[in-house]
Amino acid sequence: MVHRKAGALALVAALMLSTSAIAQDKRVVTWNADYDPIPLAAAEALIADFEAANPEIDIQLTNFDHEAYKNAIRNFLTADPPDLANWYAANRMRPFVEAGLFADISDLWASEGLTDALASSLPSMTIDGKQWGIPYTYYQWGIYYNRDAYAAAGVELPGEGGVTWEQFLANCEKFKAAEIDCVTTGSSALWPVAGIFDYLSLRTNGYQFHSDLAAGKISWTSPEARAVFAEFAKLQPFVTENHAAIDWQDAAAIFVQDKAAHYVMGNFAVGVFKEGGMTNDNLGFMVFPEITPGIARAEEAPTDTVHLTSGAQNPEDAKTFLAYMASAEAQSKWNAAVGQLPTNKNATVDPADPFLSAGFQALSTATGGIAQFWDRDADAEYAKAGMEGFQQFLVQPDQLEAILERLEQTRLRLYPQ
Amino acid sequence: MAPGLFMFTVYVLWPIVQSITLSFYDWNGLYNQDGEFTGTFVGMGNYAELIRDPAFETSLWNNFYWLALYLLALPAGLLIAIFLNQTVTGIRLYKSLFFFPFVISQVVVGLIFAWFYAPNFGLFYLLTEWVTGDGTAILADPDLVTFGIIAAGLWPQIAYVMILYLTGLNNVAPDQIEAARLDGAKGWRMLWYVVLPQLRPATFIAVIVTVIGALRSFDLVSIMTTGGPFGSSRVLSYYMFEMALGEFGFRMGYGAAIAVVLFAIMMIFISGFIWKMWRDEKER
Amino acid sequence: MFPRPIQQSSPAVQWLYSIALPVALLIWLFPLLGVALTSLRPASDLAQGNYFGMPSGIAWENYIFIFTETPIGQYMVNSLWVTIPTVIGAVGLSLMTGFALAVYGFRGNILVFFMFVAGNFVPFQILMVPVRDMTLNLGMYDTWYGLALFHIAFQTGFCTLFMRNFIKALPYELIEAARVEGVAEWRIFWFIVLPLMRPAIAALSVLVFTFIWNDFFWATVLTQGVDSQPITAGLSSLNGQWIAQWHLVSAGSILAALPPVLMFFLMQKHFIAGLTLGAVK
Repeated sequence: MVHRKAGALALVAALMLSTSAIAQDKRVVTWNADYDPIPLAAAEALIADFEAANPEIDIQLTNFDHEAYKNAIRNFLTADPPDLANWYAANRMRPFVEAGLFADISDLWASEGLTDALASSLPSMTIDGKQWGIPYTYYQWGIYYNRDAYAAAGVELPGEGGVTWEQFLANCEKFKAAEIDCVTTGSSALWPVAGIFDYLSLRTNGYQFHSDLAAGKISWTSPEARAVFAEFAKLQPFVTENHAAIDWQDAAAIFVQDKAAHYVMGNFAVGVFKEGGMTNDNLGFMVFPEITPGIARAEEAPTDTVHLTSGAQNPEDAKTFLAYMASAEAQSKWNAAVGQLPTNKNATVDPADPFLSAGFQALSTATGGIAQFWDRDADAEYAKAGMEGFQQFLVQPDQLEAILERLEQTRLRLYPQ
Repeated sequence: MAPGLFMFTVYVLWPIVQSITLSFYDWNGLYNQDGEFTGTFVGMGNYAELIRDPAFETSLWNNFYWLALYLLALPAGLLIAIFLNQTVTGIRLYKSLFFFPFVISQVVVGLIFAWFYAPNFGLFYLLTEWVTGDGTAILADPDLVTFGIIAAGLWPQIAYVMILYLTGLNNVAPDQIEAARLDGAKGWRMLWYVVLPQLRPATFIAVIVTVIGALRSFDLVSIMTTGGPFGSSRVLSYYMFEMALGEFGFRMGYGAAIAVVLFAIMMIFISGFIWKMWRDEKER
Repeated sequence: MFPRPIQQSSPAVQWLYSIALPVALLIWLFPLLGVALTSLRPASDLAQGNYFGMPSGIAWENYIFIFTETPIGQYMVNSLWVTIPTVIGAVGLSLMTGFALAVYGFRGNILVFFMFVAGNFVPFQILMVPVRDMTLNLGMYDTWYGLALFHIAFQTGFCTLFMRNFIKALPYELIEAARVEGVAEWRIFWFIVLPLMRPAIAALSVLVFTFIWNDFFWATVLTQGVDSQPITAGLSSLNGQWIAQWHLVSAGSILAALPPVLMFFLMQKHFIAGLTLGAVK
C-alpha cells in the first residue's frame, strides 16, 4: 500500500486506509521513504511480494521528495515516528542513533545470519558494537571514460585492468594538447570533488588512512596527507576550468559532448550519460588507477539503509520486513530494477549491464575495504570543511599551505587532542 | 489592537528572546523520543568559536562589502531619477519600466544574473572573453564572486532608490529652484546646495532600505552560489541558515549566535532610525 | 523643477534625449529581455549553442511543458494560498493597531509603536529557529496557513507603521466631533475612519502582496514539498532539476515574476504611494 504525502488529502487517505486496515484486521507497518519514481516502483514491487507471503501484514509506505526528506526525518522521528525510515549508513546515521531515535536491531543481524551475508556493510552499520539498520543497496564509484574522446585525441584505450597512474597522467597531457578536459567535474555542490579526493587518498595511503582522516585522527599537515595533495596537484591542471560554478549534470553534458575524457563519478551517473546519447559502445568504466604500489584496493560505495525507529508501533512485524529487505532475493530484485548493487553477497546482478557487472566485480574484490564517501564517513561539519578545502585546492593550488592550516585548525577544534 | 500585538509578540518578539537564549546552547535540533530538548548549555562557547571561525570572518567581510557597495544605489538611483524627471511623452511608461526590476522576486533576479554570468555561454562571460581574450566565470572566481552577486542585488535596489528620489524631486519647491537659478546656480552646485537638502527625507528612507537590503542579502546568495566557491560568497544571513538548517548544519545554537551578531549589527541602524522618528514625533 | 525641463533646451539636446531614453532603458532591462527571449527559444537552439542569435522559432511549448510536466501550476496556487490570507490578515490587524496607536494617547503608546517599527527591520535569521520550531510543534509546518500566519504577524509591524502615520494625518477634528455626538468608538472606526483609509488599504494590499509573493526565505524555512511550497521556493527546487535547461528556467522565472508585475502595472499609483511613504514631508 503506497500513498504520497499530500497534506490534508493524506490525512483523509490515512483515515480511510486505517479503517480499511481494521476492517481486514491486518497489522500495519508504516514506512517513510524518499524514493524517485523508479526506486519507488521497485519498492512497491517488494511490498507486494512481501504482503503476498505475509497476508496478515500491511506495509504502508509514505513517500517524500528526496531533498525534503532530509529535513522531514528530523521532525517525524520525534513528532510522529513511522515503524521504518530510510536513511544512510555510517556517520550519517550517528545523530539519530545518539539521540535514541533509531532502534538497535543487533538481534535481527544475529538471528538472520546477516553479519555474514552483509559482511561488507557490517562496519558501516555498527555504532558502539551494535547494528542500527539494514543496508539494502549501494553503488560503486570509479572512472567513467568517453571512448570517442579517446579516439579524437588519439589516445590508446585503457585495457581490462585500467591504466597505471603514470599512464593516466601522460594521457591527460595528450588530451590537453587536443583541447579536451582530461577529467571533468562540476563542484558547485561540493561533493563531486570529494569523490576525486577520496580516491587519491585511498590509493595513496589506503583505506585505514581514509577512515582515520575522516574521523579526525590524522593531521592535515602530516606527510601522508601532504602526499595525497601532491597527487592532487598532478591532476589539478587537467580538470575542467570553472568547475566551481557548475553542477555535476552540467559537467556530464561536457563529458557527453566529447569535450572531456574522464569523469570520476558514482554509477548513478550512467543514466544521465545515456540520456545524453551515450551507449555501452562509447561509455567505459575503470577502477581508479593504483598510485602507491601494493596497497590493498579499496572502493567507494555509499550505502542506503532502512531503520527501525525507537517509536515504532509495530516493531515485530517491522523486523520481519527488515529481514526480508536484507535477503538475497529481495535485494536482487530491487537492485535489478533500480540499476544498483545489492549488499547481500548471495544476491545476483544483471550480467548484461556492463557497469553493474564491473561494479560488482570491483566491490567484491576490493580487499582494502569499502568506504562510504567523504561526507558520510566524516561528521557533517568536518565533512563540509574538508570539501571546501578540496574545492579550493582545485581552484587555487597555490593556497595549499593556507588550506591545510585551516583544515588542521578545524580538526583540532572538533577533535581536541 | 490586542490581536495584532499578540501575534507580533508570539512571532517576532518572543523568538528574538528565544534565539538569544539558544545562542548559549549547543543543540542539533533534535528532540528525544519523549519530546525533550536535547541541547547542552555551553555559555559563551558559540561566540568564542565564532571569533576563531574563518568562515565567519569571510561572511563578516562580505557583509561589509555588501553594505558599502549597496550604498552606490543612492547616487545611481538619484542619477537615473534626474535623468527621468522630465515631462516628455511616454515618460510615465519609462519610469515604470525602469522601476520594473524591483517588483520581481530576488529569486528571479538571481536566476537572471546566474544566466548572465554562466561560464562558456553567459553574456558576461562572452563579453569578458571578447575584451580580454579569456572569459571570466565570475561565480567560479573566489575573489570576484561576491561582487558579482552584489551587482545583481544593486539592480533592483537602484530601481527602488530611483522611485524614492523621483517622488522627492516631484516635491522640490519650484520657487526655491527658480530663486537659485536667478542667483546663477546651476548644474552640480544647484544639485548640491539647493536640491539635495530638500531631498533629505527621501535620502533618509533610501539609506534605511538600502542598509536593510544589504544585510538581508540571503536570497541571491542562496540562488546564485549557495555561498560558494568554497564559502567565498557567504554572508552572515546565509551562513546562519547554512549552520542551522543546511545539509551539513543542524547546529542550532551556533546558528543562533550568528543571528545574534547580525541582529546586533542591524540594531545599530534600527536605533538610528528610531531615534530620528522619535525626534520627529516630538517636533509635531 | 529640477533638472531644467528639456523643452527649454536646444533641439539638438532634445533630440539626443529622445534617443538616450530608449537606449538607456534597453541597457537597463537587458538581462530581463535576454531571459524573456530565452524562455521562448526552442531547446534545439540552446543545444546548438545558439544562445543569443535569432531564435529559430518561437517556442511556446516551453511554457506548455512547465505547466504540464512540472508542478509549477501547483506552486503558483500555493503562493496565492499564502499571499491572499496574508494580505487580508495583515491589513486587517494593522488597521486596528494603527487606529489604536494613532487615536488613543495611552501610556506606552509610543513605546508599542516603536516596537512595531523596530520589529519590522529585524533580520529574519534571529527569528528563524524558534519560529520554525513553534510552527512544527503546532503541526503547521509545511502548510500554507503556517507560513501565512507568520507573514501576517511580521507584516503587521510594517503595516501598523504605515496605518498609524496615515490615520495621524487625517483631520482629528472629525473624530472629536463624532465623540462629542456620542458615537461609539467602533462606529467611529467603521463609519468615519475606514472610508478615509481606502487609499492606504489599497496601497498596503499591493505592497504586501508583492512582498509575500516574492518571499523566499520563509518559504524555504517553513515549507518543503510540492503541496505547500510557494513559487519562489518551487522555482528554486525546479532550478535544481533543470540544470543546463535555460529555456525552462527562463520560462519559470517569467511566470513567477508575472503576478507582482501585473499587480504593479494595474495598481501603479497605490504601489508607489505605499513605497514612497515618508520620502516626502
